[in-house]
Amino acid sequence: MADAKWMLKMAARDFRKTGTKLVLFVSAIVTGIAALVAISSFGDNLRKDIDRQAKELLGADLVLSNNADFGIDDLDTLSAERAREINFASMVAFPGKGESRLTQVRALEGDFPFYGSFEAEPEQSESDFRAGGKKALVEQLLLKQFDAKVGDSIKVGEVVFEIAGALTKVPGQTGITATVAPAVYIPMEYLEETGLVQFGSRVNYLRYFALTGQEDAPEIIEAYKEHWEEEGIRYEDVEARKQSTGRSFGNLSNFLSLVAFIAVLLGCVGVASAINVFVKEKLPSVAVLRCLGVTAAKIFGIYLMQIFIMGGIGSLVGAGLGTALQYVLPLVFSDFLPVEVTVELSWSAIMLGTGTGILISLLFALIPLLKIRTVSPMMTLRPEAATIRFGKDPLRWAVVGLIVLFMVGFSYYLLRNWEQTFWFTGYVFFAFGLLWMIALGIMKLVKRFLPLWMAYPFRQALANLYRPNNQTVALIATIGLGTAMISTLFFVQYQLLDEVRFADKEDQPNMLFFDIQTSQVEAVSQKLTDADLPILQEVPIVTMRLNAVNGINKRVNEQLPEEEKRSGGLYNREFRVTYRDELISSERIVKGELVPYLEPGDSIFVSLEKGYAERNRLEIGDEIVFNVQGRPMTTYVGSYRDVNFRQVSTNFLVVFPEKVLENAPKFHVLITKTGSDQEAANLQNEIVRDFPNVSVINLATIVDTLEEILGKISFVIQFMALFSIITGVLVLISSLIISKFQRIKENILLRTIGAGTKVLVKINTLEYLFLGSLAALSGILLSIIAAALLSIYTFEIPFRMEWALLGAVYLGITALTVFLGWWNSRDILKTSTMEVLRD
Amino acid sequence: MGNEDFYPSKMNILQVQNLTKTYQSGNRKLTVLDGVTFEVMPGETLSIVGPSGSGKTTLLGLCAGLDTASAGSVLLDGEPLEKMSEDQRALLRNRSVGFIFQNFQLLPTLTALENVMVPLELKGRKDAQKVALNLLDQVGLADRATHYPTQLSGGEQQRVSIARAFANEPKILFADEPTGNLDTETGEMIEGLIFKLNEEKGTTLILVTHDLELAQKTQQIINIKGGKLQEVTHG
Repeated sequence: MADAKWMLKMAARDFRKTGTKLVLFVSAIVTGIAALVAISSFGDNLRKDIDRQAKELLGADLVLSNNADFGIDDLDTLSAERAREINFASMVAFPGKGESRLTQVRALEGDFPFYGSFEAEPEQSESDFRAGGKKALVEQLLLKQFDAKVGDSIKVGEVVFEIAGALTKVPGQTGITATVAPAVYIPMEYLEETGLVQFGSRVNYLRYFALTGQEDAPEIIEAYKEHWEEEGIRYEDVEARKQSTGRSFGNLSNFLSLVAFIAVLLGCVGVASAINVFVKEKLPSVAVLRCLGVTAAKIFGIYLMQIFIMGGIGSLVGAGLGTALQYVLPLVFSDFLPVEVTVELSWSAIMLGTGTGILISLLFALIPLLKIRTVSPMMTLRPEAATIRFGKDPLRWAVVGLIVLFMVGFSYYLLRNWEQTFWFTGYVFFAFGLLWMIALGIMKLVKRFLPLWMAYPFRQALANLYRPNNQTVALIATIGLGTAMISTLFFVQYQLLDEVRFADKEDQPNMLFFDIQTSQVEAVSQKLTDADLPILQEVPIVTMRLNAVNGINKRVNEQLPEEEKRSGGLYNREFRVTYRDELISSERIVKGELVPYLEPGDSIFVSLEKGYAERNRLEIGDEIVFNVQGRPMTTYVGSYRDVNFRQVSTNFLVVFPEKVLENAPKFHVLITKTGSDQEAANLQNEIVRDFPNVSVINLATIVDTLEEILGKISFVIQFMALFSIITGVLVLISSLIISKFQRIKENILLRTIGAGTKVLVKINTLEYLFLGSLAALSGILLSIIAAALLSIYTFEIPFRMEWALLGAVYLGITALTVFLGWWNSRDILKTSTMEVLRD
Repeated sequence: MGNEDFYPSKMNILQVQNLTKTYQSGNRKLTVLDGVTFEVMPGETLSIVGPSGSGKTTLLGLCAGLDTASAGSVLLDGEPLEKMSEDQRALLRNRSVGFIFQNFQLLPTLTALENVMVPLELKGRKDAQKVALNLLDQVGLADRATHYPTQLSGGEQQRVSIARAFANEPKILFADEPTGNLDTETGEMIEGLIFKLNEEKGTTLILVTHDLELAQKTQQIINIKGGKLQEVTHG
């Protein structure tokens, strides 16, 4: 106890004079911990809010849906309130503006939502809408896009509705959903008049129930489940919605925590770097203390205490900052949130952040700090005795092991998936390792091949990269990793957008008409021909579900052992299939063959997309029973096709042979290529005017939508990445300050022997130019590797270099490093040469 | 002579027997000290002299337990250093040894008073501050107690260092070129202080110096050259 008290006293004494250097180390962890606490707090609050607002998320106690109309009379007696919705994708037009857009039309009957409400402007618009008449509630985003306002008209199919209100929030829907397919609510009584629901149309029928309370939703689901599944009816209650929403946002929150974790790791490099310099300066004092009879353990304790206290302070400051930051997060994430998020203090997040901060401070400080144990008291007599055989210290390797364990453990805690944990930690180690090797390699190369023919400032600046007390490794690691993160983010965003734009540039189809009735095919084709546009494809599409594979239906599949179970998605998916006996240009047979259906009674052989078949373990010869809109149809897997989904064409997971589905309810798709955006817009408006049920997608709209969505996503990721950048800048600044004292001595000596300010500025600028360049280039190299891996393996698109982007990142990061280096060296240049005598 | 024969002789405060120190430099073996033997009685003063690189400082470090020998033995205050761990030697230093260095070696983050207090605090002395202040007073620096080393001149720093060295009332004091970094006048004042306190407290003094005049003031002089003991002169 007395020893601990004395150690604490010594720690306090030491801190008085050198505490400012430890403050630098604290600053390195503050931003990372702030990001971690902010995201964890936000995740906690979001989880609580999803629990609290679960009923509002669904808007009802129970929702049933199917792609064919259905009645549930039994439930009608159990429910206090009922509502019906029929929704489908359709074009809408704004009369007078001559423009149209694909939306989700929702015909509503009843008082849905029973819990929560539509949020619309003006306030009375919902009651106006429900009062009756040809009135529509339209998503605000759509109104803004077409410069329309409440009171204007909107044409849905054949009917013109008055816009009663601008919807700002639909229960359970996020801003992103609205970007993809904005909703237009119309009263059910006018649905038929619109003429949009026809034979073969892709329509969802929904029934909403508010229960009386005699039986709750899980009990009802249990009682009716089997029957509904046979009928292909999907069901969802509050608990199920809560879980699925919670899961999605849990994943989002964990992903963002991972981004914050990277900022924390960058801070760790700063910690190790600051403590390394701190320890180097302390070695003579350690030797004196050893002479005076202080044991190695006690000395180690004195410095460890300082780090523990400073790490704790840094973590608490970070936690405080993070808690304050979560007030901003709901604004950042507004487009992704289905519920109102309340901001509350999250003690679990604060404890997580503080604990993590202290732990990483200690772990990363331990590596340099362990050196203290091996300092010989002989160093007081001979400074060269400081040479420490540290490489073989088993404790050092134990600490490295602990760091690896911590990183893997923490990543798993955030990801809850061993494979992802392996890839994430693997890449982080690879990145750090690569940066470390690059830094060491550069130092060695410069030392070995320092070009003596170069002008003095160049040589001096280059030599500064490897001389004692250099910050080359720390700076290349932190700036490099920060650059890699930002650059990868931009890279992937550009790759995805380029992929879509690229498709537009090539001589490929760029306009797609769908939901065309069989009776309309000829007329729509004629329109295209009249406009001198080619009909590149005309494809019939039939929607169906899958009942069973080799006799195993959804219910049996769920009871199978995990390793035998097929994905539930196989049974829940609505398949859109076509029929033909030939291949198209974007596909080729890789196994089996296309078997035509010759006469009634023959087996029906379908062709599956290879990847989908393999993911779902569907083998050649397997029996698949499809439910073609109520009618079971037994088929067999006849072949696998390799499909190039990059081409803008109608590609299918399942292709039937001809002469099987001809009489099934279906719709048609027509694909063409227009010359200009204006030509595309004119054609779109003309088709929508003449055939209101036909939907149109043109590539320009997809690019716009994708740009908007990616813009929103990247804003969130960039916001999180900002913490890494700030951490990188802080580590950079602290490294500069640490090396400042060393530099002051050198600069004074150089000035004493006649170097002018100009020369010194040149040396400083060049040194940071080299450091910034090397760090930025190393980071860019890492980002190229990461972006290439993501493009090829995750997005399955070819990888393309983005030279302009890389150039911009390189210039930005290098300029920032040079600027901060210059800013830091202003004092150095001002110091009087008299210091050399005084020293 | 074996160690068993050597250890029973506990009258000496320092007994050095066949002390050898070698370093491996690449494939070469460097012998810095070669079979040095001598002994010092309690209260005696001894100086180690010799040219630069002769092994004086190495010998001092080995005698004080700051380093370990390659061969031979050192018996310090009756304790065989070669059989002790570094932490055991540290405790022995705290109990029985004081140091004065050429470059003062004050802890830069501690005030003059705190520097002197450290050995006392390590011993758990409750009166550490009072004793330290008294010692600072004896070296004429009571009014500079709250100053940090960087705020003191070289002579003042060495006086603080002397106060610290005597703080734990050591049985033996090791001084490495104590006046080497000081001007003549200050050097003489420091010499006077060391010898005065040494006499008052009855401490044994082992001194490494280039200064033969200073060496003459000790009772015994050992001359080292090329790592070997050349001669022992008794004053």
